[in-house]
Amino acid sequence: MTENLELQETWPQIKTVGLAGIIVTFSGALSEPANRAAIAFSAAVGEMEWGEIEESNSTLVSTFLRIDLSVHKSEPIIERLQELVDSKDWLSALLPTGRTLWRVPTLFGTGRAPQLAEAAEMAGRTVEQAITDLSTTRMRVLTIGFAPGQPYLGTLPEHWNLPRQTNITPNVPAGSLVTAVRQFCLFPYDTPTGWRHVGATGFLSFRPNSAHPFPLSAGDEMIFDPVSEAEFVQIESVDHSGNGGAQTEVLG
Amino acid sequence: MSDHLIVRSIGPAAAIQDLGRPGFMSVGLTRGGASDPTALHEGAALLRQAPSSAVLEMAGMGGVFEASTKIRIALTGAVMDASIDGVSVQWNASHSVSAGSILKIGAMRQGNFGYLHVGGGFNTPSYLGTRGCHLSAGLGRLIQAGDQLPIGEDKGKDAGCHLVPEQRLDGGKIRFVRSMQSNKFDDATMTRFTKTKFRRDPRGNRQGIRMDFVGESFQSGGQLNIVSEVTIAGDIQITGDGTPFVLMHECQTTGGYPRIGTILPCDLNKVAQAPVGSLLRFELLTLEEGSAVQARANAVLSGLRKSVKPLVRDVSSIQDLLSYQLISGAISATDAPLD
Repeated sequence: MTENLELQETWPQIKTVGLAGIIVTFSGALSEPANRAAIAFSAAVGEMEWGEIEESNSTLVSTFLRIDLSVHKSEPIIERLQELVDSKDWLSALLPTGRTLWRVPTLFGTGRAPQLAEAAEMAGRTVEQAITDLSTTRMRVLTIGFAPGQPYLGTLPEHWNLPRQTNITPNVPAGSLVTAVRQFCLFPYDTPTGWRHVGATGFLSFRPNSAHPFPLSAGDEMIFDPVSEAEFVQIESVDHSGNGGAQTEVLG
Repeated sequence: MSDHLIVRSIGPAAAIQDLGRPGFMSVGLTRGGASDPTALHEGAALLRQAPSSAVLEMAGMGGVFEASTKIRIALTGAVMDASIDGVSVQWNASHSVSAGSILKIGAMRQGNFGYLHVGGGFNTPSYLGTRGCHLSAGLGRLIQAGDQLPIGEDKGKDAGCHLVPEQRLDGGKIRFVRSMQSNKFDDATMTRFTKTKFRRDPRGNRQGIRMDFVGESFQSGGQLNIVSEVTIAGDIQITGDGTPFVLMHECQTTGGYPRIGTILPCDLNKVAQAPVGSLLRFELLTLEEGSAVQARANAVLSGLRKSVKPLVRDVSSIQDLLSYQLISGAISATDAPLD
């Protein structure tokens, strides 16, 4: 019965989240346009500077607005949000300007990222082809979550739709580039994971002692440039900022 | 060196806490903060200072402390045995502690999280703007024996006061409202959820607490193909095997399990303080009702100072009763004991 109800669902949907806020969801499944809509809508609401909104956050397919619903009535805010939703086709909205493109030197494979060969084989690619796929696809920060600053990046070509492994790898180090379901994660801390470890970087997505502890924002783009083991070691020896030798440019 | 509290010994899970660190959801950091924020408001009312002052949160057991100078303290939250220089002192009360005196906080009598407040608040280093420890994010650390906790300037004078705390240490009725995924659960499942007697499971931490129950699990439609979505403290998440987990203040910012509803912030304290095995029942309110209940609870917290009263000595609690000159009538019924 619930499945029938879901078939009738239409998007976008605006709903309350406990007494903590209101969420605008653009799709029932992850898609590139829905993610773009969530990021663009979050930026548009930010520009409105509505006093009731304490913070906003874009997740994979939604924009969440934190509003104290024990203070503010939800109905008038939902009405205003509905007007903004109806004002354009958010699924074809342009991403906001001023985002950052990051080029991150990455050591693919070797003992520092031991699951590249396994992942390549599952994707039906040679190791060389795999490095080309993983280093030339321009990835977007779909959302940040799970751990502080941790990006979910998409989207790799269809043959990289690898399931998570059934066994958890007990520990991959901070800066590890891991993949599953056509996405990358870049871990800010040493962490256990079910995603496959294909690259090593010196890029830390959470830098608690820095003036800019969170370098990434949803909508930023990342390219993982392959470097040799010798180049990687050289970068590690000179860049202790958490940037791992990354270069940036502002996207217009 | 500034005034400080010397930690002589400490339980395994004590940390500096405050009302949390809002504003970082978009970069993957939940608010965090004390497990029982009401206790922070109570301590602040007792010491007549801001509820944002940093406190020591003690989970399960307390510690032994020595003050470097005369300080004011307040004790709130889970009820624990406490004494100053061997003389027991009342919980949910404020006291003076002389320089060099030993404050002992021992076994927990009721609840899970007890709080030690100091006049002026703890002046420990702040991370991303506030002092509260957020262990799952790696901000701050647990307190260890030998630590010296700096204390801020105390502008207040009152001590020897108490208040009657809101009842929240033994589980009971937990009110919640529907949330964005509640419609994934059919009416029969929702009704059964609100009629089920849950017990707080031993599996729990500052990120989430499992609810134990007997009977059929609480499955939603389409449980496996839900897109990961924003999570907030108080969400009642139903995991793959149909078991509810209540997400607590250090939960992650997103999660892939459906949420049947969200507990009112004013009742989340009760979940945090519910001892393992205690009974919990969930009552569904409309958004309008929930909003009104929460607004009333907020008003109570901001008016707490009015309910602070001077301590009245209870003769049965005076351990050194025989040392007093009771016959001459030289003892006050209202002075602050153990000053």
